Amino acid sequence: MIRFDNVTKVYPRSTRPALADVNVNVERGEFVFVVGPSGSGKSTLLRLALREERATGGTVLVAGQDLNSMSSRKVPRFRRQIGAVFQDFRLLPGKTVDQNVAFALQVIGKPSSAIRQLVPETLEMVGLEGKGKRLPHQLSGGEQQRVAIARAVVNKPQILLCDEPTGNLDPKISLDIVRLLDRINRAGTTVLMATHDADTVNAMRRRVVQLEEGVVVRDAEHATYLAATTPSESPTLLEDPDAVEDVEGIDDIGDLDPERFGAEEGR
Amino acid sequence: MKPGFIAGEVWSGLRRNLSMALSVILVTMVSMFLLGLGLLAQRQADTMKGYWYDRIQVSIYLCTDNSLQPNCQGQAATEAQEQSIESQLRAMPEVKEVFQETEAEAFERFKEQFRNSPITGNVQLGDIPQSFRVQLSDPTKYAVVTSQFERAPGVASVQDQEKVLKRFFQIINWITAFSVFLATLMVICATLLMATTIRQAAFIRRREIGIMRLVGASNWTIRMPFIIEMLVVAALGVGLAVGMLWLGLRLIFNLGFNQVILNKALIGANDVWSLTPWLFGGVIVIAVLTSVVTLRRYLRV
Repeated sequence: MIRFDNVTKVYPRSTRPALADVNVNVERGEFVFVVGPSGSGKSTLLRLALREERATGGTVLVAGQDLNSMSSRKVPRFRRQIGAVFQDFRLLPGKTVDQNVAFALQVIGKPSSAIRQLVPETLEMVGLEGKGKRLPHQLSGGEQQRVAIARAVVNKPQILLCDEPTGNLDPKISLDIVRLLDRINRAGTTVLMATHDADTVNAMRRRVVQLEEGVVVRDAEHATYLAATTPSESPTLLEDPDAVEDVEGIDDIGDLDPERFGAEEGR
Repeated sequence: MKPGFIAGEVWSGLRRNLSMALSVILVTMVSMFLLGLGLLAQRQADTMKGYWYDRIQVSIYLCTDNSLQPNCQGQAATEAQEQSIESQLRAMPEVKEVFQETEAEAFERFKEQFRNSPITGNVQLGDIPQSFRVQLSDPTKYAVVTSQFERAPGVASVQDQEKVLKRFFQIINWITAFSVFLATLMVICATLLMATTIRQAAFIRRREIGIMRLVGASNWTIRMPFIIEMLVVAALGVGLAVGMLWLGLRLIFNLGFNQVILNKALIGANDVWSLTPWLFGGVIVIAVLTSVVTLRRYLRV
């Protein structure tokens, strides 16, 4: 269903490859965790599978299609077969739960009769019955992620890609979300979930693909989350002599996106 | 994609980017108003040309006792000279009609034309020479008459009204050129403003666009609300411009100038209506092209 053959991805202006010679094959109906520390290439793997990015080398096959040779015009049709969920939910704040889920169908031209049937059905499936009229900010984080999942699966995709879906959630809520994903998987959807949350991985005991610095270091069935072989979560911070120490207020500084202030162009 | 859904997206887009939408409306309005003004001025000139050229006259003034022109040699035109000029005129194929205006008639006409002006008091019978007013069958052939009579005995001067009109039309041409020039600048402004507005609208809606791309909305579904937004805004601008042109024409021309018997020589609402489809068409083409080009640059899949 998803197949990476010797895939390498080097981002522009980066010397180190985000993925280096990765081989992964996910069969139809599988549930696979992609684990690894930040910067190990999990998100890049998912972005390649969604054709948000193109591989620098190798072949990416998803739902029977070669994404490297796919023309841009065919991308929208391809993405209708794929659902995607993210750490930051990505809901539309001005729209109700119903409208958020319906939006995904409206923009691909589904008839409104189908929308009226599918939206409540899907909301019930993710456990949000009766909350369709609420706005996202009136929901808890776990509920917001359920809305995002409902939106991702409402068009009944063959594949569901989840990038750190529990990254913003409490451990208990995280487990509920992964159980929901498991339920969706048992109904026939192939699920690929990137995470560095050991508890959820250990609770599920499914296939685990472990990445480190862009290389697959482990691919095991019914596995647990093993600590990374590199001791640090973010090794660059220790190695870089110019790295800023944990100063008070440093988080706020992070809000300044250099690209918006033209720093990128200046380089 | 349902029309109702698109309409909803367009409406919410316009509401969220209201100040930019308003500025596009106003700039489009001003640019199309100026362009319309220029084109209407040109039409007015054309209409007037047709009207005046039918009535254009060449005046041949005869010498009086106190004429200063060297051709007169200080003497009034004699009866014989008068008759010779008249018969020559009547013999010319270019001449349609000849009227003779005596000194008394010229004086009366002058008093009538300048009845509100203080100069009337200083002008006496005999100050305005008698003349032949010549109506040409082809007004452009005035040079034939001028050259033949300029040096004829008893002729003080030959005046051609076309020279006066030419000057007038020259002024109208300058007005047209200037307003079309300003309109061109404003159209450039409008185009740039549309491009900026679309960029800003795309930025405001980046979440929606991100989700649309994620769930596989087609490029046209993503772009259509922006294009329709621009069309609505641009059409409103042209609509206002046409309204202003019509109103201006009615208030200034058709009411203000009504006393003058120029009515037939004036443009009217019909001329505005015949410009309207061109203004609309032009703006729609600009709006669609600008939208498509801008979206192609800033909304990549």
